[in-house]
Amino acid sequence: MALSPEPDPGPPAVIELIDVKKTYRSGTLEVEALHRVSMRIDENEFVAITGPSGSGKSTLMHILGCLDVPTEGTYLLSGHDVSAFDEEQLADVRNLFIGFVFQQFNLLAYMSAWRNVELPLIYHGVHPAERRERAFAALEKVDLGDRAHHKPGELSGGQQQRVALARALVTEPAMILADEPTGNLDSASTADILDLFHELNEEGRTIVLITHERDIAARAQRVIQVEDGNLVPAGVELLATGVRP
Amino acid sequence: MNWRDTFRTATDAVRSHRLRSVLTMLGILIGISAVVLTVGLGQGAKAKVQDQINELGTNVLVVSPGSTTSSTGSRGGFGSASTLTMQDAAAIATKRAAPDVTAVAPVSTTSVSLLYSSTNWTTTLTGTTPAWKTVRSRGLTEGRFINAADEQRAAAVVVLGPDTVTQLFGQVDPIGRNVVYNGVQLQVIGVLAPLSSNEATSNNDLAIVPIATYQQKLIGGSTRNAVSSIYVKATSAGTLSGAYQETDALLLNRHQITTATSADFNIATQQSILSAATSVDNTLTVMLAGIAIIALLVGGIGVMNIMLVSVTERIREIGLRKALGARPRLIRRQFLVEASILGLAGGILGVALGVLGAVLLPQFSDSRVIISVPASIGAIVMAVGIGVIFGVYPASRAARLAPIDALRSE
Ligand SMILES: Nc1ncnc2c1ncn2[C@@H]1O[C@H](COP(=O)(O)OP(=O)(O)OP(=O)(O)O)[C@@H](O)[C@H]1O
Ligand SMILES: [Mg+2]
Repeated sequence: MALSPEPDPGPPAVIELIDVKKTYRSGTLEVEALHRVSMRIDENEFVAITGPSGSGKSTLMHILGCLDVPTEGTYLLSGHDVSAFDEEQLADVRNLFIGFVFQQFNLLAYMSAWRNVELPLIYHGVHPAERRERAFAALEKVDLGDRAHHKPGELSGGQQQRVALARALVTEPAMILADEPTGNLDSASTADILDLFHELNEEGRTIVLITHERDIAARAQRVIQVEDGNLVPAGVELLATGVRP
Repeated sequence: MNWRDTFRTATDAVRSHRLRSVLTMLGILIGISAVVLTVGLGQGAKAKVQDQINELGTNVLVVSPGSTTSSTGSRGGFGSASTLTMQDAAAIATKRAAPDVTAVAPVSTTSVSLLYSSTNWTTTLTGTTPAWKTVRSRGLTEGRFINAADEQRAAAVVVLGPDTVTQLFGQVDPIGRNVVYNGVQLQVIGVLAPLSSNEATSNNDLAIVPIATYQQKLIGGSTRNAVSSIYVKATSAGTLSGAYQETDALLLNRHQITTATSADFNIATQQSILSAATSVDNTLTVMLAGIAIIALLVGGIGVMNIMLVSVTERIREIGLRKALGARPRLIRRQFLVEASILGLAGGILGVALGVLGAVLLPQFSDSRVIISVPASIGAIVMAVGIGVIFGVYPASRAARLAPIDALRSE
């Protein structure tokens, strides 16, 4: 993707949010989950997002993953205004560029683990034999090679979470967005997964993950703190090097 | 994502949601088999009538006694009178009076029981003249037909229909043997060739005797001269209406009737019999089709219901697939293929069940079922259409939602 024409002093920004607002509307009730959030994440960064429950972390992540659209403001992905993309372009961005791990896993209950992992490759146009091979390799990476033929209902919460992670990795995306990817794991597997994220980061991928755990946040290059729909000043300070005045 | 992947995704979904798929197919199946069977029944009934009319022979008019008007002015029904006589038949047969008529056969019939050794069989005893064979375009497999000499001396001879022979004689050659009616010995002189009908027809089960024998030796009674009906054969299809008018005029004249509306006889052409029968049949077909359409509608509503529920249930799946990078077009295509598989499978099974019914039904009743290919295809198309509309429409609406909204739906 071409870079934005704006003057850009640092390394290229993969993600740039400018005054992004998100309001949920259910009937007459309005909930403003994000208030004018601006931030940027550079290529090959490893960023942790933390904050209390209900502060708007998942909301932010969904917008970053092109799964939801901001109510107001601009989201530039590699310099491109996402709101200008049509449905097909958005689908391709999600498929080719982003690996997303959902807080609720979102696995298809009627498919075995490896078939779930294979899904994004189908939309990628990968040949069936290669799909199977890559799905099994991804499951192997999250230490679930022996559970490939189990359906989600036959797996523990931690195992389902790792299947969801494998599904995000299988396309080898440039950016991995993970919403509490270790929320259901013990400390041993958490350490393994964290190592995996670092490995992926060293390969050149941009990693953004939401976590509640201090030691995970500590291993990230940068921590973005969300509170009540706002980024706390530490995050804003880091953004000071960015384009926005 | 190519069509093969789409197909596999769809078949996986169909197989994984077994109960839902079976219920959907069942709805379609019942509707389709009802359509196939009822349309088939209607067409079968029509074909049966057509066959029976063709069995009359070609270019044939049937003259039957009409209603009588009593002195009190009340009219009896058609056929209530015995106004036709042997002399009427003879008059129509004269070349001068009716040049368009080639042959005339007066016929008297009664249901009788015939006996051969110890076997009894009830059949239609038909007294007629040698011209009957020509008029009705029938052939013989064995022996000879009754002739003028038999007629002259009221010979005790009989020509049997092929089914009658089978019933009375089994494997025995009937020629030269005697059957007994009411104590009178009748010698079998010939066997009629069978009409290639799909069912047992009265035209293959009858006993023909010279009409003189019928009237003088077998049935008798006060109206010896009267006949049940007169078959008139025109020289060709083109002269049929001429033959009709000649016969009509001749009989009106002979019966001294001045107004055509008070005629004491009735002339039917094969065409008029056919259209009368067909109009009854059409009513039947429309009624059957109505039942079938209701069945299809009920099945369709079932399919619609299941499809709507299933798509609502699967909006989360649609959201997930979108989140993983499925273009809306691919999602629509997946649901299209899914609905088509269900519709097609249900439709084909429905037609198969209909065909099975068409084979079995005639075994238990004397109805004929003709499977109509256009109706079957139409029914399948309709089934697939129902599935597609009610499966694809909500799915494609869901495919327009933002992935996260679809994922969050209940
Ligand atoms: N679909 C929605 N409709 C209305 N309000 C919503 C919706 N989704 C989220 N919210 C509200 O937006 C706020 C932010 O929610 P969000 O899921 O982003 O929190 P979070 O930081 O991810 O919390 P957690 O750590 O518990 O996952 C919450 O107050 C939540 O109630
Ligand atoms: Mg959350």
